[in-house]
Amino acid sequence: MGIQYDPAEMIAGIPDGARIMMGGFGMCGIPENSIAMLLETGQKNLTILSNNAGVDTFGIGLLINSGQVSKMISTYIGENTVLEKLLIDGGIEVELVPQGTFAERIRAAGAGLGGFFTPTGVGTVVAEGKETRELHGKTFVFEEPLHADYAFVKASVGDRKGNLFYRKTTQNFNAVMAMAAKKTIAEVEKLVDAGGIEPESVHTPGLFVDVVYQGANFEKRIEKRTYRTADR
Amino acid sequence: MKSGSKKERIAQRIARELRDGFYVNLGIGIPTMVADYIPEGMDITLHSENGMLGIGPYPTESEMNADLINAGKETISETPGSSYFGSDLSFAMVRGGHIDLSILGGMQVSESGDLANWMVPGSVVKGMGGAMDLVAGSRRVVVAMMHTSKDGSPKILPSCTLPLTGVGVVTMIVTDLAVIEVTKKGLLLTEVAPDTTVDEVREKTGATLRIGDVREMLFAN
Repeated sequence: MGIQYDPAEMIAGIPDGARIMMGGFGMCGIPENSIAMLLETGQKNLTILSNNAGVDTFGIGLLINSGQVSKMISTYIGENTVLEKLLIDGGIEVELVPQGTFAERIRAAGAGLGGFFTPTGVGTVVAEGKETRELHGKTFVFEEPLHADYAFVKASVGDRKGNLFYRKTTQNFNAVMAMAAKKTIAEVEKLVDAGGIEPESVHTPGLFVDVVYQGANFEKRIEKRTYRTADR
Repeated sequence: MKSGSKKERIAQRIARELRDGFYVNLGIGIPTMVADYIPEGMDITLHSENGMLGIGPYPTESEMNADLINAGKETISETPGSSYFGSDLSFAMVRGGHIDLSILGGMQVSESGDLANWMVPGSVVKGMGGAMDLVAGSRRVVVAMMHTSKDGSPKILPSCTLPLTGVGVVTMIVTDLAVIEVTKKGLLLTEVAPDTTVDEVREKTGATLRIGDVREMLFAN
């Protein structure tokens, strides 16, 4: 099947218990529209793979509040106090992964690798139960790829071939997650015709993308509004 | 002295570890304050693990952009020569030894340079974020922290009691009281703050300190 431009059917068809990657770092570059649709379609028992877990009132936090998420695989959940409490009470399973290992495990899945040896986490709880190996006088721990059924990603611009361009720090996990799932759904701030993105500026080639659509009403929340006074 | 100014002194002292041309990652808290003390004219490029090299100062209120944040989720600005990239490449830079210096906060540091800074079992369960990668891969790791906990108990210990972030990864510890280098022979006290003594630092340190050629800690550049 060629590229689709309407996400409704695919999102409605996501089964209970699916594993879904969601791009973004904090609230920056998150797939707001696809999350809102998943909230509507109401699937349960989802495993969400995302760097963070949103905040209490936005992003993945909305899916946690609605009880749709049974497991989070993340690197840092400190901005979501509801989840932190659920975790301590045992109401939701959380698997914490070092951020670089998280990114590389996702990349490994997308790149067809069976895993890799990393120095990150050697001698810590992260390495418990995993194979370690001495290479060139240094200890490494083996990490497996992280796959998913779906990836929800967000880009600044997308074209009708599915090519994606991310502005500033919004690329984060979006590009690597687009590679790693069986189906990738990309929402974009601006959908253009093929050729509307300079080929050299494409971050995610369209072959990784199954659905590309123009998102609506992006809130693009800012988590920490830090600024200086203009005259300084 | 107020804890705010103590933290500023730590940041000022760490700024003296910067060298022209360094690529530097600053953690959240005291480490972020180091950016305020980069010597005039020194070429320092700040790395943000969410996918940027070349962090600039905080933007003005009207320049704030939801698409441009640092790893602490704060709005920031870019500088001429900045670049943006994905998280996988960002951590390839980190693990690959391309970051000259990482500055992180600490809960505990051991005699052999182990660091614990991400978890207190049963109470703080936020996640390690990028800390384990940063300590595993950066060429130098400086820990910025208050010398003792709020209750006065030592944070520099024979071995860490909290879950580790990395084993044998710390290069230097800078606190409100002292500068301590991690060497193959253990911890070496090299500087003490002007308002303290070697004896006081020893008393507030849980691990054995070797006493080197101890100088007074300097804060300005």
